[in-house]
Formats: sequence, structure tokens, C-alpha cells
Amino acid sequence: MSAPYDGVVLTCPVTVPYVRFSNETAHWWVARALRGTLDAAGLTPRQIDGLSVSSFTLFPDTPVGLTQHLGLTLRYLDSIPMGGASGVVAARRAARAVQAGDAEIVACVAGDANRIDSFRNLLNAFSRFSLDASYPYGFGGPNATFALIMDAYMAEYGATREDFGRIAVAQRANALRNPHAMMKKPLSLDDYLNARPISEPVSLFDCVMPCAGSEAFLVMSEDRARQLGLPFARLTGSIEAHNAFPDDPVQLRGGWAAEIDKLYAQAGCAPQDIDLLQTYDDYPVISMMQIEDLGFCAKGGAAEFVRSHDLTIDGDFPHNTSGGQLSVGQAGAAGGYLGIVEALRQVTGQAGPTQVPDARLAMVSGFGMVNYDRGVCSAVGILEGAS
Amino acid sequence: MTLPYPKKKDPQKRTKVPTLPPGERSRAALGLAIAAARGRFALQSCAACGAVQYPPRDACRSCLSVEMSWHDTPAYGKLLAETRIHASPDPYFRERLPWRMGSVQLEAGPVIMAHLVGVSRGDRVTVELRLDRAGQGVMIARPMKRTEDMEDDPVLRAIGTHPKHRRILISDATQPVARPLIDALFAAGAAHVFAGVPELWRRPHGLSAIEGLENVSVMPLDVTDTQSLKEAASEIGGKVDILINTARHIRPGGVLGQDTTAARDEMEVNALGLMRLAQAFGPGMAGRTADGVNSSAALVTILSAHALSPDPGYGAFNASQAAARSIVQTLRAEFAPSGLRVAAVYTGPTEDEWHQPLPPPKVAPKALARAIVDGLDRGLEEVYCGDVARDLAERWAADPALLDREMMGGGA
Repeated sequence: MSAPYDGVVLTCPVTVPYVRFSNETAHWWVARALRGTLDAAGLTPRQIDGLSVSSFTLFPDTPVGLTQHLGLTLRYLDSIPMGGASGVVAARRAARAVQAGDAEIVACVAGDANRIDSFRNLLNAFSRFSLDASYPYGFGGPNATFALIMDAYMAEYGATREDFGRIAVAQRANALRNPHAMMKKPLSLDDYLNARPISEPVSLFDCVMPCAGSEAFLVMSEDRARQLGLPFARLTGSIEAHNAFPDDPVQLRGGWAAEIDKLYAQAGCAPQDIDLLQTYDDYPVISMMQIEDLGFCAKGGAAEFVRSHDLTIDGDFPHNTSGGQLSVGQAGAAGGYLGIVEALRQVTGQAGPTQVPDARLAMVSGFGMVNYDRGVCSAVGILEGAS
Repeated sequence: MTLPYPKKKDPQKRTKVPTLPPGERSRAALGLAIAAARGRFALQSCAACGAVQYPPRDACRSCLSVEMSWHDTPAYGKLLAETRIHASPDPYFRERLPWRMGSVQLEAGPVIMAHLVGVSRGDRVTVELRLDRAGQGVMIARPMKRTEDMEDDPVLRAIGTHPKHRRILISDATQPVARPLIDALFAAGAAHVFAGVPELWRRPHGLSAIEGLENVSVMPLDVTDTQSLKEAASEIGGKVDILINTARHIRPGGVLGQDTTAARDEMEVNALGLMRLAQAFGPGMAGRTADGVNSSAALVTILSAHALSPDPGYGAFNASQAAARSIVQTLRAEFAPSGLRVAAVYTGPTEDEWHQPLPPPKVAPKALARAIVDGLDRGLEEVYCGDVARDLAERWAADPALLDREMMGGGA
């Protein structure tokens, strides 16, 4: 079992409100999130020595270019190209760097631009296997890929569209309390069921809306956070898994399932101890898989689970309390930070209108990168608010 | 499903500008197009451990060997999941929504994504590799048994070159292949045949076999005469959906022992004739590849398999065939942006006066006609008709230098 992340904390969660389309660049969005998290800490750019960046739209730059562009002098620089798994992976690697003394303060940031046609351009160059073996078949993008997964999942486990709808509807209810959510209109189960098909069985409210935005947080020693007087959370456990279960013909489980027992052992807790769950919700079927693979119910039991639980902020199983990507929007790689930044706000009591009362222990799960027929990267972290 | 004959076009409406499906591929994935062009189902496998791979790649997913090669593979599998796509950011598919696709677990191992034709989740399916409009190899999952009207399916119609409802120009209908070709095209559902005849005024041999046939228009056309092509194109250029070049001039003999008169005529008809035809009809056809049910689809030409490696007994003729093959390759590149397919039908010695003293096997006109229409049915780009052509192509693919030596009479 890997060692605990003793003496290291996460702090200063920041979300730069998303917009549907923006002419600003990824550099602009990253700078704003970085400035936001440093302002929250009362630090200047010169006082950080580590940076971890996730972004799809920096081209022709990489995070190396950002150091000069943003005037940062660093001794730790990381680039996490893992889409929806980026937030948790950035946090766990930064935590190790700080723990080992390779850096003192690491700013973790994700952000992406979204100009008209950005999304199509991003898809066009997403991966070699997609170009060779997925896009030539109708070019449905991720919608079609996840339609196949959803179709197979429904056939295997008997889940219905109503079950997926419950997740989307509960998240919309949460989003209506989040002033930064892109979706402002209430969503009923009928609205979900009657929405236009996108790639059957995926319909409109199974999909996220691409937008521009950014997210950030800081990783530093607990001592430093106390000196600065910052509310913080400990990372009590984390795992990542890539290309797990490669021989499953269709992805009906993610890499979470491969490592989950190690995670709970490292964190010293069990599913029933978790106060709130942030899953990666690019599609509700993936949230269902996470509910199963993270141990909240048996494999194939998520449909029944969502029927018998209330997934809203005030419910018995608070899930994607910000509204998730389904209702907040997907700002590229920042979508991989949405869950961890919201979880950090929750366990440090800073979530405001979406606050779950007495939230102490949050689980955040990430999932990313449809290289061909499935998401390749998965990661999970457990955050514990300091008391 | 039976595809109805399209209504007459409204001449005031703009002809739909052709768009193409995504055509960008890795170098490894070009192997799919190579197999599809020949109507084969081939996948990469590892020379070291035998693992079958998909998507195509540069190193084995089982043992990391970089020795990957393409082999014909059993094309059966089970449809694992399916979807009907209603939204796509790609202009080609947007015009053709909804579009069905799914994933298939092949019995050979890999899971593939495929266009779906008449199959649904749980079915055992046959998978075919076909060329799409971008000229790339794509997977088609279809029922185990081909059905008669399978090619009417919108997916196959969109990527294919089937003669059904199409209007076809045969460049030289006095050739022995013309009559059986006309019969085979009508049997496949072709709407009309324009039968080109060189020097029509002098009633050449072969004219009587095609005169008076229903839905056949005999017209003067000479591939060595630019003016004649211009006139034909101005008359029917907007209606030619498939062009089949049957024009051929052949005289036995090598390079020595005769002047260049026969060779010049062979070049004029066989190589430059193809070029002139493409120049006269190509641009019009290229503009009509998205023009509904009877859109333009293909330009087909007949080549001697000795275009690959010459038989010295027909040296001058084979030089014209090698030139024509080279022109075919350039035309493929030039027509690629329009999606117009350029197909070559390779044949061995044909059953005619110019191959009279040769021993069998020789290709009968009927067999050649069948091969042409079968190639159109299946959207092929490279067709090998008869045992001699198939044998030559295989030896050429295996080792072209060795084949050249053998053609010179070595290696007994």
C-alpha cells in the first residue's frame, strides 16, 4: 500500500465562471484561475515554486511556454494531459512533490478556451485511434462512443433511461443553487425523457455543453497553510489507473474498480463514511459505473441505487453538488477539476449555496480520454476537511 | 428495402457540392484501404506472437514486437452495441443523418467499430472492409448472408459504386466485352447505357451486337479524337454516373523488329485515350458525386495484368498498359477530393483474335464483364479477372523483382 500524504494539504479552491463561447485564449483562462487561487492565499506569483497544468488548447504552447508567458520561475512543472482524470492526478502528484520537498507550493490549474468551432477542431486532432477507427463511422464524437457504452450497459444490467434521467435531474436541481452553472432552467424527468436524441440511447440531457473556463487550487504543507491562515483539506488517499481491463469488449467498468480496495485501505475509511461524492459525469452512465466501482453498491446495482437515493445537496447521497458538468458545463480540461475544486470547497465549508451541511469527507472521481472506444484514465481521491 | 428510381432533377436547383467523410489516417491504417480496394478482409497481426490487432498500430499490444503485417482474417463477429447518430459536427455525416454504427467483437479477437447494414445488437455478423468516399477502408457489419437488395442500404449506397439506377458510358462498345457488359449492367439494375462507337459512320465490327437494344444509346465517340469527346461530353456529360473505358488497341510483338507505328496507336488509345476521357468527362463527374441516388460514382478502366510486369511477346502493348496504370494512379489522387472512385480491372490474355495463338487460360468477354460489374457492386478499386491476372498480381505483390526475372524466362 502506498504511503499516506502526511503533512500535505489542498487549499484555495477557485472556479473562474464558465462562458459558452469566448474569444479569450487558454493562457487567459489559466492566468485568471492562477491569480484567483494566489489571491485567495494572499501569495504573489513569485512565492510559488511548482505548477501543474491541464489544458487542451494551449497549442502551440505547452506548460513550458506558460512559465515565460506568465512570468513564473519554478522548480516543479507538470503537465497532466488526462482530461477528466486531471484534477485528482494533479493533486496526488503535487502532494508527493511537496511531501518529498521537491516543491513548497504547487499551483494546480486547468483551463480551456472555447471559440466557435473549437470543439470540432479539438475532436479532429484528439487521438490517432479515433481518427483511424472511430470518427470514420458517423463522426458522432464522444456522444457516439458513450452511446455504445450506454447501449451495452442497459442491455447488460437492465438500467432504463429513467434511471439515467434521475442523475441528470438531481444535478440540475443542485445547479440551480450554483450561480456559476451554465444551466439555469429546471429540468424534469419528462424533459429528460422527451429530449431530442443525439446518438441513441444518448439524448440531449445526457450530454455536457462545451464551454470556456478554468479551475485551480494550491498544494502546500499543512504548516504553511496554518501560517497563512487558510482553510484546507488533507488528501487521505488516492489512486490512478490507466488502460485497466483492456480486454473487456465494452467498457462496463472503469479503472476505479481495479484499485478501489487499496484506496479505502489507504484512507482508512469505507463507502458509508463518505459525506459526498463527486463523480466524473461526462454522461450519466459513467456516473453510474463510478457509483458501482467505487463500492457504493454492487456491480450492476447503480440503477436501483439511484432509484432509492436522493442525489441532491439535501438528499441522503449528495452527488455532484455543483451541478456537475451536465449542468455547469464542460470547460475542456477544467472539467477534470470541477469535482475536486467543488469537493475542496465542500469539506472546507466554503461551498456557499451548494454547501452540504457538516461535509467532512468527500470522494472525487475522475475519468478521461476516449482514445478509441473507452475512457482510458481513471483516478479517485478522498479529501478530508481539517477540523 | 428496394431503392426507388429517383425523380427527375429540378434543373433550377443547385447540385449538392460533394463533401467527404473524415479521410485523415495514420500510415498504419492505410492497410485497411489496401485490403478494401481489393475486396479483402485483412487485419494486422504480430509476426512474433501472432496476436491480431485493431486499430492498426506500430507495435504489438501483446509483446511489443514492431514486426506487424497484414493478413486475411476471418470476418465474423458479434454485434456488441449499436447507436443511431442524430448529431455530428462533420459536414458529410450531417447531410446523411441519422447514421447507424456499432461495435463488433470479432471472432479473430479485436473489437472494431463499424457501419451497420441490417443488423442489430446480439446478431452474429459478417464484417466487410469497403472503401468509403474518402477512399479509406471502413468496416461494414452486415448479416451473415448477403441479401439481394443489401446494396440499397443508404450506408452502402453512400460509399459504393453500385450500377443500380445509374447511367453508364462505355467508351468503346465495339469491343467483344461490350455486349456481355451491357447485359450484366442491366441485370444489376443500371438505368441506361451510352454506347460509344469510334468511326460510327463506317459501321465497325461489333456494332450490330449493340444496336437496337432497349435503354442503350449508340453514339459516336473516339478516345483518340478530342473533338469527338468534347461533343459527347457536351451532350451527355451531366448524365454519366459511371464511365467504363473499354477502348483498347493491341498488336502482338516486342520492341525490336517493328517500327513504332503500332506502339504509337497503342499509346494513343490505351494511355492517352484514358487521359482524354478523364479530361472530357472527369470534371463533370467529379461535380456530381453527391447528386442523390444516381450520383456519379466511378471511372473504370480495363488494364492488362502485364501493366505490372511486361510479357516481352506484347512489349509495346504492355508499355501502353504500364503508362495507363500510371495515369490511373494519378487520376486517383486528382479525383480524391470529389470522392469519385477510379477502378482498374486487370485481366490476363483475353479470348480474341490478338491472343489467338496463346494457350489457355484466357479470359472470355463474359467473364471480364462479370468482373467489372462485380467490382462496381462491391465498390472495388483493384479487380483481378481470371487466373493469370490473379497469379501475376500475387507474384508481383510478393516480389516484383523476382516476377520481372520470371517474365524474362528465368527461374524454371
